[in-house]
Amino acid sequence: MSHPLSPNRRSFLQKLGLLALGSLPPASPTPSRAADSLSLPFQNGERPLVAYPGKRPLLRLTSRPPQLETPFAVFNEGLLTPNDAFFVRYHLSHLPLEIDPDTFRLQIKGLVHTPLSLSLHELQTRFEPVEIIAVNQCSGNSRGFFEPRVPGGQLGNGAMGNARWKGVRLREVLQKAGLQEGARQVLLDGLDRAAHEKTPDFIKALEIDHALGDEVLLAYEMNGEPLPMLNGFPLRAVVPGFYGTYWVKHLHEITVLGEAFNGFWMNPAYRIPNTPGACVPPGTTPKSTLPIGRLNVRSFLTSLVEGDSLPANRPALLRGIAFDGGAGIQQVLVSLDGGRSWTDALLGKDLGNYSFREWTLAITPTPGTLEIKVKATNRLGDSQPLSPLWNPAGYMRNVVETTKVRVL
Amino acid sequence: MKSALLSPVLACLALSLLLPHPPLLAAPRKLELPPEPITFPDLPGVQLAKAHCLSCHSSEYITTQPPLPKKAWTASLEKMRLKYGATLPEDALEPLLDYLTRASNPEPR
Repeated sequence: MSHPLSPNRRSFLQKLGLLALGSLPPASPTPSRAADSLSLPFQNGERPLVAYPGKRPLLRLTSRPPQLETPFAVFNEGLLTPNDAFFVRYHLSHLPLEIDPDTFRLQIKGLVHTPLSLSLHELQTRFEPVEIIAVNQCSGNSRGFFEPRVPGGQLGNGAMGNARWKGVRLREVLQKAGLQEGARQVLLDGLDRAAHEKTPDFIKALEIDHALGDEVLLAYEMNGEPLPMLNGFPLRAVVPGFYGTYWVKHLHEITVLGEAFNGFWMNPAYRIPNTPGACVPPGTTPKSTLPIGRLNVRSFLTSLVEGDSLPANRPALLRGIAFDGGAGIQQVLVSLDGGRSWTDALLGKDLGNYSFREWTLAITPTPGTLEIKVKATNRLGDSQPLSPLWNPAGYMRNVVETTKVRVL
Repeated sequence: MKSALLSPVLACLALSLLLPHPPLLAAPRKLELPPEPITFPDLPGVQLAKAHCLSCHSSEYITTQPPLPKKAWTASLEKMRLKYGATLPEDALEPLLDYLTRASNPEPR
């Protein structure tokens, strides 16, 4: 495997550090050059680092509509992903370029007794505010690592983030409108529109029981601030434990439906093989599919990257993150010898079942090469495969990750 | 809230301090996107790609793909036409497919 980050990484990290301290050096005629691109470790993985409004420089996958990936080093800076580093993913090219929070309205319609039109202020004052820390991960996070390669957004591991979301329960809003008999699904639609009139609008469906659960939020805050424009200002769906495709941004219309919605973005898009592990033999087509749902178990080493080195016979602390679809992380095992032996890592503070969970492991390595593997298990006993699973859309990658470092 | 002892002005002020702060959100939010690069490699057929792909999305949707066989690009173009409503003249299809396939494969086909 090649180096996961280009040599530009160092100067980029330096810049990150400076930004974090809020002490950028004054402009000079010959400024120290910040990295202007990063290389993801797969063919054609070069990505420019571009600063969008409200964002630090992120890896740009596409510009219209914008798709921005978080540089992986950010995940070693803390368990909550800063708003200005949080990944961005749109489907349709006409995203809202101006939103007035005073005139914004959320419509509730369909199979309800009283259709509602709620202002942001009403949402914030007439319903109980609820907070949850939850991971939002793109269905196609890590798609670029699929072998054989598959078409689609060629993402590294940075299309994920963990934030503290604040909003109101979807349930409360639905109850305020009053569900009619026969309500079966709840559709979520945002303000973004397609460039072409025949392109299907981006609409997602939740089953009614899911929509009426405790966890699904209509969020107006992220990490204590209004949502960034590029993460769905002023209101987005937060569907803890579920892939990002359901977390509709700029949410402005909720429709209660008496039948199963069959729009393009539920079928055929965002479908996974109806098999254990959601996989099929590489290169084949699944016989039957179902809508993508909960996150599977993943874990990462964040404190070291491929090709790094450690000093021999000195204590070092390995650190990383683990997460799953809401059962909660039970155990993280770390191997330093390519999977021959495994050691229990220490789990960090529990920020809730939907959050990143920190893990650490103190080691004192001897000279040689470490082949570090990380394998998490959740409270249901679900874990991660040692070799990658494959599906044609490139969703749900969760192989045990391996990082080789030298001990000198 | 007990505000009988306060003047209406003070009561208003106190209320505005206690309530969640919509005034902070009140200004319309605007988004100005950075300029969009056109990343198509200059190969025969590039004009077709510019003419037919850029109406809906930027060029990186194509140029960040891994090497893909013509079959995969055929499926992509089918999706653009049948699902997303792209209108492509019949005589542009084959040359556009050739362009996409060649552009995504560094070696000659």
